[in-house]
Amino acid sequence: MNHFAELPPLVGVIVGVLVVLGAALALLGSVGLLRLSTFYERIHPPTMGTTLGLGLILLASMLTFSTLESRPVIHEIVIAVFVVVTTPVTYMLLVRAAIHREQPRRDDGAIDAGGRNE
Amino acid sequence: MTGSFVVGALVVAQVLLALAMACALVRLLRGPRAQDRVLALDAMYVDAILLLLTFGMREATTVYFEAALVIGVLGFVSTAALAKFLLRGEVIE
Repeated sequence: MNHFAELPPLVGVIVGVLVVLGAALALLGSVGLLRLSTFYERIHPPTMGTTLGLGLILLASMLTFSTLESRPVIHEIVIAVFVVVTTPVTYMLLVRAAIHREQPRRDDGAIDAGGRNE
Repeated sequence: MTGSFVVGALVVAQVLLALAMACALVRLLRGPRAQDRVLALDAMYVDAILLLLTFGMREATTVYFEAALVIGVLGFVSTAALAKFLLRGEVIE
């Protein structure tokens, strides 16, 4: 009935397993984000979803469309490269912001000009 | 048979991703500090990208792929801008 019926059984099984594994990793990352107690611990778990979780689901998507259209469909790599490159940048910025915000304030109430490394 | 297996797997994955977004949403609402909320927003948009990709696989269309790409780009820009704001108190100096 649906378009997945045209997939060979082996490809169908691989796609199903990859999709569920990727989604489970993303869920694990979000549960870690919810459960861990400090900010510096919490920043670690979401990266599971952004690297391996995204990679597995994109692999399943590439496999599905390549098999259905009988040609290599690899434009999903754009998302993978973009997210994998940008996530460390944003998280490092966030950690620097967190470190800056947790510094003690000066006597006049202004935030001490720390966090500037130059 | 293969078709119903793949659709079932996609439905399970979508439920898991919706739960992941719900967890991130709870963290977004609870805080406790601004950087926790920004981190939760970042995790939420990555989960949204994954959810859109599974929708695209179910419908066999690339429209969702383009939406996922736009969310990825805008999510990076917004998280970077929010982190810059937390660091300096202004985005563009």
